[in-house]
Amino acid sequence: MIEIKEVTKRFGDFTAVDNISLHINAGEFITLLGPSGCGKTTLLRMLSGFETPDAGLIRIGGEDVTHLAPYRRNVNQVFQSYALFPHMTVRENIGFGLRMQKVPSAEAATRIEEVIALVALQGFEERKPAQLSGGQRQRVALARAIVPRPSVLLLDEPLSALDAKLRGQMQIELKRLQKLLGMTFVFVTHDQEEALTMSDRIAVFNKGRLEQLGTATEIYHQPRTAFVADFIGEANLLPAELIARTDTMVRVRVEGGLELTVNPAQWPAGLTQALISVRPEKVHVSKKPVDCENVFEARVSEELFQGAMDRLLLEFPGGARLTAIVANESALREAIHEGDTVWCGLHNDDLVVVRTEPGSVQPA
Amino acid sequence: MQTLPAASVGGPHARTPRVWGWVLLAPMLLWLVLFVIVPTLILVIYSFCSRDDLGRVVFDFTFDNYARVFDPIYLRVLGRSLGFAALTTVLCVVIGYPVAWFIARQREAVRNRLLLLVMIPFWTSFLIRTYAWITILKSEGLLNGLLLSAGVIPEPLKLLYTPVAVVIGLVYAYLPFMILPIYGSAEKLDNTLVEAAHDLGAGPLRAFSEVIIPLTKPGIAAGVLLVFVPAIGMFAITDLMGGAKVPMIGNVIQNQFSKASNWPFGAALGVIFTLLFIIAYAFIQRRAARSSHS
Repeated sequence: MIEIKEVTKRFGDFTAVDNISLHINAGEFITLLGPSGCGKTTLLRMLSGFETPDAGLIRIGGEDVTHLAPYRRNVNQVFQSYALFPHMTVRENIGFGLRMQKVPSAEAATRIEEVIALVALQGFEERKPAQLSGGQRQRVALARAIVPRPSVLLLDEPLSALDAKLRGQMQIELKRLQKLLGMTFVFVTHDQEEALTMSDRIAVFNKGRLEQLGTATEIYHQPRTAFVADFIGEANLLPAELIARTDTMVRVRVEGGLELTVNPAQWPAGLTQALISVRPEKVHVSKKPVDCENVFEARVSEELFQGAMDRLLLEFPGGARLTAIVANESALREAIHEGDTVWCGLHNDDLVVVRTEPGSVQPA
Repeated sequence: MQTLPAASVGGPHARTPRVWGWVLLAPMLLWLVLFVIVPTLILVIYSFCSRDDLGRVVFDFTFDNYARVFDPIYLRVLGRSLGFAALTTVLCVVIGYPVAWFIARQREAVRNRLLLLVMIPFWTSFLIRTYAWITILKSEGLLNGLLLSAGVIPEPLKLLYTPVAVVIGLVYAYLPFMILPIYGSAEKLDNTLVEAAHDLGAGPLRAFSEVIIPLTKPGIAAGVLLVFVPAIGMFAITDLMGGAKVPMIGNVIQNQFSKASNWPFGAALGVIFTLLFIIAYAFIQRRAARSSHS
């Protein structure tokens, strides 16, 4: 559907998008995720046509649109600020695209009615944007962008202005709408939770580069880089050094003295040093010995009560530290508290080797 | 901060803000009464008077002056004044809008510098600037000199003391009053609205007519008001640059009070003229209010 090929965009000395290649499938919900200034919005604006790449090629539906004006593209955008026309009613706002396409007024009226029902805005047709709540404006912006039936819908952090509860509802609704319409959605956000909830695939950006492209589970469980591991969810990042390697296992030493057994599939041959990422919830903590490939004794140096979860900071005799998140079962079994000595277990498969520099990512 | 001392002291002090309001307004009210209301009243009274053989104003009630206003000669002058004012306004919109839009789209530092350029002419006296135009436009003036030496024209163009010169002078004088209010509207316009229009398939022209124009209408209306209304009554430019050959209503009124020494008739013209002002003002203002509310 969308083919982004070696696209680069610079603003003065600043390289906003650095040689990015990305293939987006038809009917896919893809999220461009990353911190502010990572290039995700610039890439989106090149898809909508508001920016022109300095190098590279963009194809949408097979057509080269690299230098095509925004008003000649079959692509619509939901703006972060909604950008509703303040001098037009809800109906006029939604009908604007159809009017520009010269859709006959009878057909336009039916399509506007349909989309108003779809986003549940009945009864608000004659209101001006100023007379609507934030959530309603959001729906108008969405309706306005989907009613011309674009081949791709671009969404630029459309939920960031809503409060947390409404945002949660809109996430579910957006996903439902995307499935219903079968439309390709390109969604930009800096909110990793939002990305994990809604996306078929996530493209993680950092400093203008594509760090990783994959499904939510791939990105979460198999982060390829330290940045991805750290940006999505939480991660203990441990600098490690190779000690021994056989066909069935790799033995490494972590800063602070811990020796770990790692799955050889994780550790590429020839690598002597790397970062190992461990999710805090994959750190098993108990007062009894635990059944894991790697088991250590540790001291709980800090305990943070977080409701359903307990966050523990573990200190190992050699000085290494790990954060663990455990289900809060304090009332039932033996509770773990600050100062306790505990058993800490790590499964081989939960130790993920990550790169510090983004490597080349194969387009899917 | 204003209400706190009043509330703590209470009593008669509670009314202090209102009293202070009148005190603060007093200079302006006095100014309005002395220099606007009283002169207007005198003008209205004079307009119903007649004059004796020596040209002195005699207080006997008559409608003759008003009857004379509707003499075709004066109606034609009035019509011409309205026509010139309308042409000036249209030219100011056509020239001023792109300038205002261009300035509004610049970075803030550039914006302020360009605005300064628009306002710099005000640092010099209006009359001096008008004389400068005479130097430019006269037969052996700057413009003709340039065109002659470039070989564009075989002999000097007759520019000064023609209607063209009057329009040039009027447009020049009133252009900043068009640019500034339009700039005010254009600067506030959120550029993502223009992007949204493009995104939904509107080309540059459609985006301009459907989004940019409607959203900068209050600025255009204010500019029209600031240009059209004063341009009707302008007499200095028509005198100096039109060589008094193209009399406007302003010139006629001025003449009645000076050369013709017919104050009652001049007063009647002035009253009618003021009424036209008020009507034009109310009309434009109402349209502006409607477009900004909708």
